[in-house]
Amino acid sequence: MSRDSPLIVARDLTKRFQNFTAVDGVSFAVHPAESFGFLGPNGAGKTSTMRMIGCVSPVTGGELRVFGMDPQTHASAIKARLGVVPQQDNLDNEITVRENLLMYARYFDIPRDVAARRADELLEFVQLSERANSEVEPLSGGLKRRLTIARSLINEPEVILLDEPTTGLDPQARHAIWDRLYRLKQRGATLLLTTHYMEEAEQLCDRVVIMDHARIIAEGSPRGLIEQYSTREVLELRVPDDERARLRDLVDGIAERIQELPDRVQVYTADAERALDVVHEAGVDPDSALVRRSTLEDVFLRLTGHALID
Amino acid sequence: MTRAFRIVQRNAVVYRRIWRGSLFSSFLQPTLYLMALGFGVGALIDPRRAAIPGSGSYLQFLAPGLLTAACMQVATYESSWPVIGKITWARNYYAMLATPIAIDDLVVGELLWMGIRLTTVGTAFLLVASSFGVMPIAAATLLAVPFAVLTGLAFSAPIMAYAATLKTGEKFNILFRLIITPLFMFSGVFFPIDRLPLPVQWIAKASPLYHGVQLVRGLTVGDSPDAAVALMHVTYLVVLLMAGFVAALYTFRRKLQA
Repeated sequence: MSRDSPLIVARDLTKRFQNFTAVDGVSFAVHPAESFGFLGPNGAGKTSTMRMIGCVSPVTGGELRVFGMDPQTHASAIKARLGVVPQQDNLDNEITVRENLLMYARYFDIPRDVAARRADELLEFVQLSERANSEVEPLSGGLKRRLTIARSLINEPEVILLDEPTTGLDPQARHAIWDRLYRLKQRGATLLLTTHYMEEAEQLCDRVVIMDHARIIAEGSPRGLIEQYSTREVLELRVPDDERARLRDLVDGIAERIQELPDRVQVYTADAERALDVVHEAGVDPDSALVRRSTLEDVFLRLTGHALID
Repeated sequence: MTRAFRIVQRNAVVYRRIWRGSLFSSFLQPTLYLMALGFGVGALIDPRRAAIPGSGSYLQFLAPGLLTAACMQVATYESSWPVIGKITWARNYYAMLATPIAIDDLVVGELLWMGIRLTTVGTAFLLVASSFGVMPIAAATLLAVPFAVLTGLAFSAPIMAYAATLKTGEKFNILFRLIITPLFMFSGVFFPIDRLPLPVQWIAKASPLYHGVQLVRGLTVGDSPDAAVALMHVTYLVVLLMAGFVAALYTFRRKLQA
């Protein structure tokens, strides 16, 4: 395989369960040293896609190649070169933090001395050296995640699969995880992650595909997607319901697009400050007004008409 | 196959943390049973020694049966809740399957480990029994342990297969109360089943524990067993083990690789 040929290729990849289709003909390619994200709400088919790549869920239709191999026939060879951080923790609670790494290394047939050295380096990397000999159970959710990330690196994987790596963590723990993942990315690791946090996708991904209802609905870099599907700025206004109609008329001329949400009106425009001035000059006094840059959330809203997190 | 051995290693590492308590109960349980039933009940029965098959003491009759039953009980218990735990609660199997470990490695590894565990249980029992003056350590009694282990595995494999179909462990209570306990009572551990009404005898003969007890007792109590009958017992247990193994491959795959 040449250096730049993709590590993972999916063509019309489909996953059907008895009575529903979890993944409906998606196509994508992941290249070396790329951070590739699946962005979408829960149930969009992200995890099913990851499980097929991880060789633990048989492909129902289409084609999938990982390192040029078929997961159906070469599961163990593929898995030997992957690192997996699952959505739900599955650390071994019955052994210590360090033993978790050593035991996992055994599953990959890594020699004991190599495993011991890597375990210590990885504990250092995820800042868990001091807890090396402690039990897993009392660790906080954030520390368990970090240990899981260290564990996923024990076999020096060529691709790291991260399924919702920070879901359920508090903001501080989430930033700590992002920091570690960013370092991995800088070292040239290939990351494949799923998330329903647009901020996570923007921070970590070079390229994202947006998934909704089992399909890919857009693909590009976070910035490219925002440029393509949204405006540079957004003005978020909260106004009493009886003022909404008047507001609509006011901004109609200056906005590219208006999105009405139950609790607020979002005005998409290149210059949100000016839009706010116009509103003020007309004598409308909103309960709150916020000028911000467009995010992937806006892209998602534009494409699907509903929010990423309900 | 080396991958299956990784599962054995993992279980051994975990077991290392609890081995003292586990081994203690492996010795305590047979001691209590043999004292209460062997000496207590035996004192009532031994005067009518002629009624005991092999015409030995009741303790001699009882010990091989209890040895086999102990393997059944440990196998049953450790193939039930712990398997659900590794699927649903701790999710260890998912962690293992993210590595080169495959489903067959997982099932083979768990059964191998079970074989090792049961060997310690059987050996501990043998040591206790020989200290009671029955089942002296000899070639025949040492050979009895693998057959008791085989009996345990014949329970372990189908129960593992069943465990992988469950979401919670509540149904195990039914399994234990309605199947395992009656089998323990009526498989010839405490008395020869030819004392039972004929229909009950047929049910008893379907019990894997019955076949295991016959084998183990045949090896340890005087009269050497008929080779053809022994082969029939072994076949029954092996078939059950293999059927359970194939079923476990199927249910594990269905559960873990949907």
